[in-house]
Amino acid sequence: MTAVVRVEGLVVRYGGATALDGVDLTVEAGEMVALIGANGAGKSTLVKALSGLVGAEAGQVDVRGRLAQVPEGREVFADLSVDDNLRLGGWRNGRRGRDTAGIYELMPELTPLRRRPAGTLSGGQQQMVAIGRALMARPDVLVVDELSLGLAPLVVRTLVGHLTALHRERGLAVLLIEQNARLALSLCERAYVLETGRIVLSGDAAALARDPRVAAAYLGGHVAAG
Amino acid sequence: MSDLIAYVVTGLGLGAGYALVGSGLVAIYRVTGVVNFAQGAFAVVAAMLTSTLLAAGLPHVLSETLAVVVAAGAGVLVGLIATGEPGAALIVTLGVGVFAYAVEIVLWGDQPRSFGGLPGVLTVGDARIQAHYLLILAVTVPVFAGLALFFGRTDLGKALTACASNRYAARVVGINVRRMGLLAFALGGALGGLAGVLTTPVQQVTFDSDVTLIVNGFAAAVLGGLTRPGVALAGGLLLGVAQTLIAGFGGGAYQLEVALLLMLTVMVIQATRAGSLVGATR
Repeated sequence: MTAVVRVEGLVVRYGGATALDGVDLTVEAGEMVALIGANGAGKSTLVKALSGLVGAEAGQVDVRGRLAQVPEGREVFADLSVDDNLRLGGWRNGRRGRDTAGIYELMPELTPLRRRPAGTLSGGQQQMVAIGRALMARPDVLVVDELSLGLAPLVVRTLVGHLTALHRERGLAVLLIEQNARLALSLCERAYVLETGRIVLSGDAAALARDPRVAAAYLGGHVAAG
Repeated sequence: MSDLIAYVVTGLGLGAGYALVGSGLVAIYRVTGVVNFAQGAFAVVAAMLTSTLLAAGLPHVLSETLAVVVAAGAGVLVGLIATGEPGAALIVTLGVGVFAYAVEIVLWGDQPRSFGGLPGVLTVGDARIQAHYLLILAVTVPVFAGLALFFGRTDLGKALTACASNRYAARVVGINVRRMGLLAFALGGALGGLAGVLTTPVQQVTFDSDVTLIVNGFAAAVLGGLTRPGVALAGGLLLGVAQTLIAGFGGGAYQLEVALLLMLTVMVIQATRAGSLVGATR
């Protein structure tokens, strides 16, 4: 397999504070990988480093192919319509690469909303816009930062359905960054656990779900059945 | 009645100039978050340069166009300086405005300058109106229509709006936010420059005319919370008409006072509304 994302010994500091301290992580082509960790563990910093939005003090970030990001908190362009949000997702493609029809086929729920300002949508709808906007970049790997945060379980299920369909049918590699460890570990093949800027555990997601340390810290003490 | 018509048309012409300066402020503030206090200087530089180019024998339209292009370039320069040091933009634009005085005095001296505009006088009813005031409106209205089309219909305009709406997300999708900021400064410079070349034939310009322009432009722009160019147009026209009516019927020129009063009133109302919203959400 070919790694689409390879992070080696990554160190990121904000002033005197170390946000990431020697992080190693890979995502192979077509693979779905989870990164779990508590608030402040450094997950969002890793996302920014992968997207080139923060610089590394040491180590390497090697991204093969296109990486697109669904940022934490959706971060839609509130004043612009759904369709404009999607079109801007294809900004790097040039004018001809900004046809949004494929996104509406993939997520028909967005079709009746296409003229609505994105800021007026519900959280789940905004998350769908954020996913569609990221897909407009025609990525090889999709980094999804906190897919489920603040959303109702039913909405999360719909979004997960879209994401897994993309992964299975199009072979899209996904790095799912989640506080909701139960969700992430049930969806992904491999997983990493990030604590205070360091990867403390990694491996097969199902095996990690059975690990008592993961269960105690992230699954409310319940070891996943399996 | 004839006086009223003349005052209104004159006011609309002057107000269009304020609206152009104001919309330049809006274009820059929306995208970069910088209130550009050097905005009036673009108008002064463009007006002075036009007078020089015309004196050198270049024809109208070409002279004005060149001057607007130079003002756009000056906008990019100010943008480069103002956005280079985060947190210092306000003071930097004030400093650039003062520095512009020195450059203008060295290049053009400290005496008022003007140049001929569209000649002729039109008669509407009993009112006699300088044709140039109508030219100002005839240029400004399509410019605002063009701005609306640019921001509302083109991907580049939407990318500028995206930077205004969510700078982080703009970076996430690959929009170069700094380049968009410089484009906004170029647009602001061009709009300021256009205000200068359009209004100078009916209102002389001196190196320190920027103060009047920036106060009036800010008053026009603040009506829309510094974010809506269309409201800046309405604000500018309203301000221009109010000033000429007060000057005409009140027997004195109170341009700055009227602008300041409008600005303060709008800001007090906006602050009161914001306060009551905060109170309601507590």
